[in-house]
Amino acid sequence: MTSASIEVNAPTASVPGELKIIADAVCTFCGCVCDDIDLHVKDDHIVEAKRACVLGKAWFLNHSVDDSPSCLIEGRPATLEAGYDRAAKILTDGKYPIIYGLSDSPCEAQRVAVGICDWISGTVDTTTSVCHGPSGMAFQGVGEVTCSLGEVANRGDMIMFWGSNPAESHPRHFTKYSLMPKGLFVPNGRKDRTCVVVDVRRTKSAKAADIFIQMKPKKDFEALWTLRALAKGLELDPELVHRETGVEFAVWQDLMERMKAAKFGVIFFGMGLTMTRGKHANTEALLALTRDMNAHTRFVAKPNRGHGNVTGADNVVSWRTGYPFGVNHARGYPRFNPGEYTTSDVLANREADCGMTIACDPMANFSQPAREHLASIPFIALDTKDTPTTRAAAVAFSVATYGINTGGTVYRMDDVPIPLRPAFASPHPSDYEVLTQIENRVKKILGITG
Amino acid sequence: MTETFILIPGRTTDQGCGISEGKFQDKYQNEIRALQVAPGDMARLGLRPGDRVRLTGEEGQSVEVCITAGKKDELPEGLLFIAYGDISSRMMTGDTHGSGMPTSKGMDVTMELVERAAQRE
Ligand code: SF4
Repeated sequence: MTSASIEVNAPTASVPGELKIIADAVCTFCGCVCDDIDLHVKDDHIVEAKRACVLGKAWFLNHSVDDSPSCLIEGRPATLEAGYDRAAKILTDGKYPIIYGLSDSPCEAQRVAVGICDWISGTVDTTTSVCHGPSGMAFQGVGEVTCSLGEVANRGDMIMFWGSNPAESHPRHFTKYSLMPKGLFVPNGRKDRTCVVVDVRRTKSAKAADIFIQMKPKKDFEALWTLRALAKGLELDPELVHRETGVEFAVWQDLMERMKAAKFGVIFFGMGLTMTRGKHANTEALLALTRDMNAHTRFVAKPNRGHGNVTGADNVVSWRTGYPFGVNHARGYPRFNPGEYTTSDVLANREADCGMTIACDPMANFSQPAREHLASIPFIALDTKDTPTTRAAAVAFSVATYGINTGGTVYRMDDVPIPLRPAFASPHPSDYEVLTQIENRVKKILGITG
Repeated sequence: MTETFILIPGRTTDQGCGISEGKFQDKYQNEIRALQVAPGDMARLGLRPGDRVRLTGEEGQSVEVCITAGKKDELPEGLLFIAYGDISSRMMTGDTHGSGMPTSKGMDVTMELVERAAQRE
């Protein structure tokens, strides 16, 4: 990868005072990666983001050029060169470096980060480990019956959301992909689809459902196995099912009849499953149910992914190392072990002695023991914004925003790669540039040529 | 009063917008620091919006936070809701049970009143 290949999508030059329109720009705020946004740009400021949802508008309208320094060392402004040198020294001095984040960076930058990790025999992990990491484990155990969001739009007539609230997390999910589109086999759009929401709260998404099933918290595993048993035609004790799941047995029976009668069923699942006790066992149950349903009709399952390029991170780390997240290179070859090489554990167990965070905020989102350890070791942070993590970093790089200032490739939540169309240039370097510079210095320190 | 609840952190629109607008801005900070309690639970426990409570988790981890009333039909009694962020993460433990993922939803917590809203005015 050369820097030229990522510059293919460099933003076009702006003329002061003139309105520039970027058609079909890509929103990378959430995993929907909507690629139909028309941006109006004036004086390096996005003044309008047509078709973007409330989250997308907040994303586009709040990333303007700022005059903050591109590099801080121990909180003081420094040159980029000094920052690259210090970063390379931190990473090569450590015995147990960890590189974490990556889900809000383009694939080209992710690739360089995994390369650095390989050179320094470190651990690389992405924010997947604290969102759909358990799903990643379940995919390996059960397999994945899947499809693209285009197929959902054109075929899906039974759309289920389990432990997922897209009305607030992916606001255009319903209109662009899953409920409203008029498709080839669902010509009447919403009228041709049945929507089911299963959750412990009556979320905003429940309002869009034909059927809302409010179940007992922490009983996803039991509820999903109830459905598996019904799919197989096994007998169950109705009272026990009601007691365990908090839902009448007849409701589950009715749901199963509808699922069997569907032509193309989809279960979108969220962190209600993966973050709750049971974690990968919950997701395994859901994937196994989906597999079972294919004895009756066509059914697929899809995780609703959060960050704009978290799916890209899974793909890049997989094709670089063979594993999707939580990969350790200490022995010179990749090893995968969630619970050991995942960042929450590496930090809370006080194992890492240096690190680099890229487009993530563990100082705000991790458990207290993990935060305390991160704050005690030297680390480098790359982010577009000032965060608790950049404030605690030994070296903090303020980077250009992917999709707004830089090009590159991101993967939509259904693994479809989408090229970015940036709007205007940033005075800050891209994370690809920063990581490439750090990689060059790391290689020099380690005496690696070529 | 000390009672056991199940804490469900989750995404909200204001929390999502706040990430882009700036995590040190009031909108984001206000959103991630408001604990929603079901109106039925508030009435039963004599709690009022703005009261400050302490949540304590299974390993003794605790936070203090102000409460707000959850929408009546959204939040069932016995559940507490808070937008993802600093406070919700402080209630996670370091243990991921071999999964890499700390239990971040469906956490058993106790809730006790620390300070009445009026007392701070
Ligand atoms: S749904 Fe997601 S990707 Fe689409 S505009 Fe909204 S935030 Fe952006």
